Amino acid sequence: MTRPSARGLTISAQRRRAAALFLAPMLVVLLLVAGWPLLRTVWFGFTDASLGDPGRAHWVGFANYLEWFSYGEDDGEWVGLLVDDEWWRAVWNTLVFTFVTVSIETTLGLIVAMVLNVRFPLRGLVRAAVLIPWAIPTVVSAKMWAWMLNDQFGIINDLGMKLGLLSAPVAWVASSETAMIAVMLVDIWKSTPFMALLILAGLQMIPEDIYEAAKIDGVNPLLTFWRVTLPLAAPAILVAVIFRALDALRVFDIIYVLTPNNAETRTMSVFVQQNLFQFDQFAYGSAASTLLFLVIAFITLGYIRAARLNLD
Amino acid sequence: MKLMRTVGFYVLVTAILLFSVFPFYYAILTSFETGTAIFTPNYLPESLDLANYAQVLGHGYFPRNVLNSVIVAAATVGISLFLGLTAAFALARIKFRGRKLLLLTVLSVSMFPQIAVLAGLFEIVRLLGLYNSLGSLVMSYLIFTLPFTVWVLTTFMRDLPVEIEEAAIIDGAGPWHIVSRVFLPLMWPALVTTGLLAFIQAWNEFLFALTFVSSNSTRTAPVAIALISGTSAQETPWGALMAASVVVTTPLIILVLIFQRRIVAGLTAGGVKG
Repeated sequence: MTRPSARGLTISAQRRRAAALFLAPMLVVLLLVAGWPLLRTVWFGFTDASLGDPGRAHWVGFANYLEWFSYGEDDGEWVGLLVDDEWWRAVWNTLVFTFVTVSIETTLGLIVAMVLNVRFPLRGLVRAAVLIPWAIPTVVSAKMWAWMLNDQFGIINDLGMKLGLLSAPVAWVASSETAMIAVMLVDIWKSTPFMALLILAGLQMIPEDIYEAAKIDGVNPLLTFWRVTLPLAAPAILVAVIFRALDALRVFDIIYVLTPNNAETRTMSVFVQQNLFQFDQFAYGSAASTLLFLVIAFITLGYIRAARLNLD
Repeated sequence: MKLMRTVGFYVLVTAILLFSVFPFYYAILTSFETGTAIFTPNYLPESLDLANYAQVLGHGYFPRNVLNSVIVAAATVGISLFLGLTAAFALARIKFRGRKLLLLTVLSVSMFPQIAVLAGLFEIVRLLGLYNSLGSLVMSYLIFTLPFTVWVLTTFMRDLPVEIEEAAIIDGAGPWHIVSRVFLPLMWPALVTTGLLAFIQAWNEFLFALTFVSSNSTRTAPVAIALISGTSAQETPWGALMAASVVVTTPLIILVLIFQRRIVAGLTAGGVKG
């Protein structure tokens, strides 16, 4: 491939130059919408920037994270994100949300994937139906469920009462005990299909003769599941879990729409958005989003390792 | 025993079907009801009143909001596909130093939490004078559509046979010619899949649309739906809200059902196989 071309460049040199030209626009765009804004956000977190004019800001060091605020000679207190109960509340809510939804979605997703992995007459139809929740915009899902979970006219309360599961209607979204359950329910409904499809892809890569061998050897189905299916599907499941966890950690739409201004369900993303644009705490919100970014970056590295991506 | 297992299996299948479809079915049911009928839960269709649709589509800003969503999503997809296709050619077919690092960078950006760049993007949007314009959305949506497009198209492009390319090189075709005349025709299925997935992402986006756009006439449909509310929970116009939800969702569901096989392939190419 080193034959000289018309312009006197070798073909591989010409191709390397083309690669640079082809990549440049994409890289410029990514720098503009991702790289630079991220750096600016981190920078704002170390300043006293305000929403009105973020450009005019003064460096304040770690004050947004932790600072001794002195009232006088011997009096004062620690202030900042690291001692902010509301922030830790949001961190806790996010972790609970992520842990519970991803666990349930993985379990249900595995069940759905196993069902879809069996050949039966209406399989194509069921697989298509399973994609519907995934295709519906999150905001719309949240509104649909808000209506179904309505305390007075909602069909969930009606159904629960008719089946004898509920003795009185529940104010799912409004009451502080059930708000988190409501939010999780919507996420589980919306994301289980995605999980199921990713796991199904993993299941379909398991060679069928392994199952036939197990069948001939008379291994019972439950044991086959534990000893064959799970270990072989584990890499695909792991990737799906990390993928979902990354999504769950940044959850915003569902909570903003379904339970606005509710401390019980406020997650890190909601905390950041509110501080940036509603509470006039631009720098403080930027510091919080820097922490959130660090958490997600850490997990992304885990994902890249777990997926053992083929980059060649 | 065998019969019980078969029955159990189909009970499970039915449960999955109901779980997936019921909320959307119920939204459609509600959207056809008006007056007091809305406030009694029913499981089967009872009325077919189009008043909610007339209200949502006939007055106010909602048609404009839907149009905004179409414009923003289409522009985002167009730009992403063009930049993604050329970048994918370079990443999949040309060997150069730093290629792996670039691919990893692109992948990491696709996992970016949008909220982490929100403050910095807000500044750029204002500096460029794009605040409250659809341009701000097209620009900001590239943060998730572009890495995704590059990644999936690279995966597809890598699988194309090397012989066609060699033949083109021997015929004296340059890189641009190879992308536009040799690979582009072969990439249509991949482009349709990737474009559709990117379209869905852009159509569904909420955070940037909520933050960068503030007037009724520039809002996108999801934000408009999120903001439909009455003065109290009792006064929320549920019928109109469900009609708007059905309008925004139905085109997507139809597209997804038509392209479901491709979508599953595209999702797994983007997520699992790498």
